[in-house]
Amino acid sequence: MCLGIPGKIVEITSEATAIVDICGVKRTVEITCVINPNSTVESLIGKWVLIHVGFAMSIIDEQEAQSTLDLLNQLGELEEDRTESPTEGGN
Amino acid sequence: MQFVDEFRDPQAAKRMQLEIEQLAAKVMANRTRKLQIMEFCGGHTHTIFRYGIGQLLPDCIELVHGPGCPVCVLPRGRVDDCIEIAQHDNVIFTTFGDAMRVPGANQSLLDAKASGADIRMVYSPMDALNLAQKNPEKEVVFFALGFETTMPSTAITLLRAQKLGITNFSLFCNHITTVPTIKSILDSPEMQLDGFIAPGHVSMVVGEAPFEFVSQHYHKPLVITGFEPLDILQSLFLLLKQLSENRCEVENQYKRVVTSQGNDAGLSAMSQVYESRPFFEWRGLGSIEHSGVKIRTEFAQFDAEVKFNIGNNNIADPSSCQCGEVLKGAIRPWQCKSFGNQCNPQTPMGALMVSTEGACAAYYNYGDIDQLIALRNVNEVA
Repeated sequence: MCLGIPGKIVEITSEATAIVDICGVKRTVEITCVINPNSTVESLIGKWVLIHVGFAMSIIDEQEAQSTLDLLNQLGELEEDRTESPTEGGN
Repeated sequence: MQFVDEFRDPQAAKRMQLEIEQLAAKVMANRTRKLQIMEFCGGHTHTIFRYGIGQLLPDCIELVHGPGCPVCVLPRGRVDDCIEIAQHDNVIFTTFGDAMRVPGANQSLLDAKASGADIRMVYSPMDALNLAQKNPEKEVVFFALGFETTMPSTAITLLRAQKLGITNFSLFCNHITTVPTIKSILDSPEMQLDGFIAPGHVSMVVGEAPFEFVSQHYHKPLVITGFEPLDILQSLFLLLKQLSENRCEVENQYKRVVTSQGNDAGLSAMSQVYESRPFFEWRGLGSIEHSGVKIRTEFAQFDAEVKFNIGNNNIADPSSCQCGEVLKGAIRPWQCKSFGNQCNPQTPMGALMVSTEGACAAYYNYGDIDQLIALRNVNEVA
């Protein structure tokens, strides 16, 4: 229940609900937690949100997502593939 | 899926693995004991096992699986309370699917449903409220469960019920809070943790500040972390970097979702609806001070605990179940005497085997069961 799914807001259906597109599947979600009191509800259309138990809980910051990926890609130069010897079980 | 697939890139993972190895070697130059890093949240445990992250790490790093799975720490007495409520003739009892198979003293909610109780799985608390609107002659109860991640959704649903004047809807509140629990882990004398992978979605609601005590008072590094494999690897890298530089800070690896101040609307709904309980009982961990919330008295008409006069139904865990020791990190899941034998995902005895986010289920589903059981038997003989 704690995992979230990203979806894109495609339509506002009431002051507190919107339709999101999740990989082509459309579903109504509650949007109270992502409404910015300083702008209109319609400004949410096109935004990516993280959805938990039918609630849009956070607007996904696309720039932050990109800078995390950039950082990951900067780390280490491409090194030759090494063969790993996996150990049993997890730890 | 956007914002998911790119955080699963195997090439980037390989590069992170090398960076982690190098940094870990640097940290280990000044110490002999293994590095113990706790991932508090069951969602992280699940990712770690699903992607075999433990196998990518050098031997000097041990991941300790924390108690952050709300289904897993639900005590048996609370499941019995749910069943008692659900067995009322006029009740439709609604719950997230995760809770259906958690064993109570005699039955799970799934068993009770099979015996005729009207128990329904819902995806969202709003679905439960819709059921209440469609069935005005019934009392619809929603089993409100989870850490701060799910608290805004249940609080907003309750406030919506009030606004709409719906009187046949109530919450059975079993929400628990993260900070007192992390504190109790850090206060435990047997704990020797070197750092924390902190729950990203709890932080999305509460922000960064509530975790600052970990670095300020306990001098441990903590990184708020997302749930994809690269998120976890990057978070381990950041923790090792802090350790190698003798720093201890709260860092946020999951900035695409977590803002430093958290979610205002969610926090406001939570504080309107909930107040702290003096104590809350956890499966395996016992009672932890201020680790649960209840519905404020002004919303008593939406509180199933009041409506159905539910007391504190305290039932000890089964004696052969060692979930408590696993939750505290005293033993590994496969070292439990019941693991893989009487206790498996089809017939779980302990809650850690029920939820996919439980450490035992993760070992069972993604580990080599025969080898783990053989290892336990060897250890027992020794």
